[in-house]
Amino acid sequence: MNDEYLVDIQHERLSFFTPAGEVKALNDVTIQMKAGEVLGIVGESGSGKSVTAYSIMGLTADNGRIVGGTVTFNGHRIDQMPETELRKIRGKEVSIIFQDPMTSLNPVYTIGNQIGEAIKLHTDKTGDEVTERIKELLRLVGINEPEKRIRQYPHELSGGMRQRVVIAMALACEPKLLIADEPTTALDVTIQAQILELMQDLQKQLGMGIIMITHDLGVVASMCDHIAVMYAGEIVEYGRTDDIFYNPRHEYTKGLIRSIPKFYEQEYERLIPIEGQPVDLLNPPAGCPFAPRCDSCMKICLKQKPDKSVFDEPHYARCWLNDKELFEESTKGSTNE
Amino acid sequence: MSDTKTLLKVTDLKQYFPVAGSKALVHAVDGVSLSIKKGETFGLVGESGCGKTTTGRAILRLTEPTAGRIEYDGDVLFDSSTKEKKDMLPYRRKMQIVFQDPYASLDPRMTVGDIVGEPMDIHKLYSSKEERREKIIRLLERVGLNSEHANRYPHEFSGGQRQRVGIARALAVDPEFIVCDEPVSALDVSIQAQVVNMFEDLQKDLGLTYLFIAHDLSIVNHISDRIGVMYLGHLVEVASSDQLIFHSAHPYTKSLISAVPIADPKTARASKRIILEGDVPSPVNPPSGCPFRTRCPYATDQCSAEMPALKEISSGHLAACHNLDRIS
Repeated sequence: MNDEYLVDIQHERLSFFTPAGEVKALNDVTIQMKAGEVLGIVGESGSGKSVTAYSIMGLTADNGRIVGGTVTFNGHRIDQMPETELRKIRGKEVSIIFQDPMTSLNPVYTIGNQIGEAIKLHTDKTGDEVTERIKELLRLVGINEPEKRIRQYPHELSGGMRQRVVIAMALACEPKLLIADEPTTALDVTIQAQILELMQDLQKQLGMGIIMITHDLGVVASMCDHIAVMYAGEIVEYGRTDDIFYNPRHEYTKGLIRSIPKFYEQEYERLIPIEGQPVDLLNPPAGCPFAPRCDSCMKICLKQKPDKSVFDEPHYARCWLNDKELFEESTKGSTNE
Repeated sequence: MSDTKTLLKVTDLKQYFPVAGSKALVHAVDGVSLSIKKGETFGLVGESGCGKTTTGRAILRLTEPTAGRIEYDGDVLFDSSTKEKKDMLPYRRKMQIVFQDPYASLDPRMTVGDIVGEPMDIHKLYSSKEERREKIIRLLERVGLNSEHANRYPHEFSGGQRQRVGIARALAVDPEFIVCDEPVSALDVSIQAQVVNMFEDLQKDLGLTYLFIAHDLSIVNHISDRIGVMYLGHLVEVASSDQLIFHSAHPYTKSLISAVPIADPKTARASKRIILEGDVPSPVNPPSGCPFRTRCPYATDQCSAEMPALKEISSGHLAACHNLDRIS
């Protein structure tokens, strides 16, 4: 059954053990993703979107531990794999692109050297074959004059070029899954457009799955098949891109969509912010994590965590407002929600 | 805007910086002219390195401009041709700034109360300790914080709260004009809207005038009355925000607008992005003529020979391009 999915995370719990106490970064996260799919994970800082994706590669900080659930990727039980085994799949079956292309490249090695590293490690190519593959990759990501670039250092390239190099590195072994952690946040808008276009082309060409981690709803709208909305270490809503944008069923998702300015609107509309501050994960609320900031918060929301309400499969949300019977009982049927 | 008095007028402002170890100069701002009316929000957009932040800082003379003229409320603050340089201290009471990074712009060793109180110390805006304290509390409340926060240190606050402290500090001297330098770009989406709304409320209540600098065109479009688009140290287009979004003239503005990621899947799928080739040229060695010509699909020989002037193409709409008639 697990073979059906490229990524199959079941009820994952992950905590960081800090001097101040246990930070519950992930609380019961379940994600299933098929091969070749593009999944967007959106949420604000600290919501657990990066932690979720990194755990697919077995990357957790030293003080972090998976304390419950299972993480399966491409048939491997990541949560049970020793570090030596994990190293064999990192860069080969799954790769990652980080936000800041300057810090993810080593300043003292040439571009060619860094792209070549993964090729030498994971394939039996040697010498000229490696060089040829590097040039091929550089052309693939739209860098011209690969012969010259191969000998250049990261500081000689612009931000957009560096991110292309990082993408070339990630694709070196044609991974089945590419994790992109805010890949365009550090870039300018026109360069962001170039990189997103490139990623979409490559995805079609190579058929790999992509997990796109971002706080920018604009980025996910144009390129994802499915979206998971995370808040305080939980997936509060999941669905097809259109479900999330046109039929959001969680108050946090609705709030996010309302809080961004509408670009092509001629009438001035005041923004509707989500009031309050993000959750302190050292002391998470007992009930729904969003309840303290939610305008429609009811008594039960503060006491008990809501279950999944499934709408049009695979669209679901965790919000008491969707629990119809209970909702009608508590409001005596005075609303059309 | 009913009040049409010009508050700030900048003429041909230039700001060059020396490059360490050589005689070359970074042409960070290269001849920017703009005027801002009282009570207006003027948005300045552009990509990193285009000179938008430097323009804001040079206007406040946080860096001494290389050339140009700055007039504020009828007074000439700086004029390179007549060597006029006003002492800025009295003007700092009227002109303030909110910085981008709420982590770097607050002294970690000062309490929030002292951070907000410092401008009042400098300008001697209170007669007793109690008055100072009362004023600090009023300012904190004004920006959605409370009196308990006065004795705490910046590290105890979230990014959004710190930005509120930065705003309270700017408001401490009761200014008329605030340069808002990317004030929301370091904040989470849900918090951005809180801070943007606060800027709008403060403007309405206190009659403030803003120079709002940001790279995010959708935020700038939301908050601004007029927008100026910068590229490589030059202002390439200025228009009212609606005019700019719906009837942009300059090819750079058009590509910038089309590159904005739209948070609406159907619109996003239907819209065509104008993808610009290549990168922004170095401001140390800017191209001859039009700064945008190296990436412009419409560039001609005239563009490399001659710098296009920023001229009015319709009422209040200015653009600097030789080929406006060829661009649909």
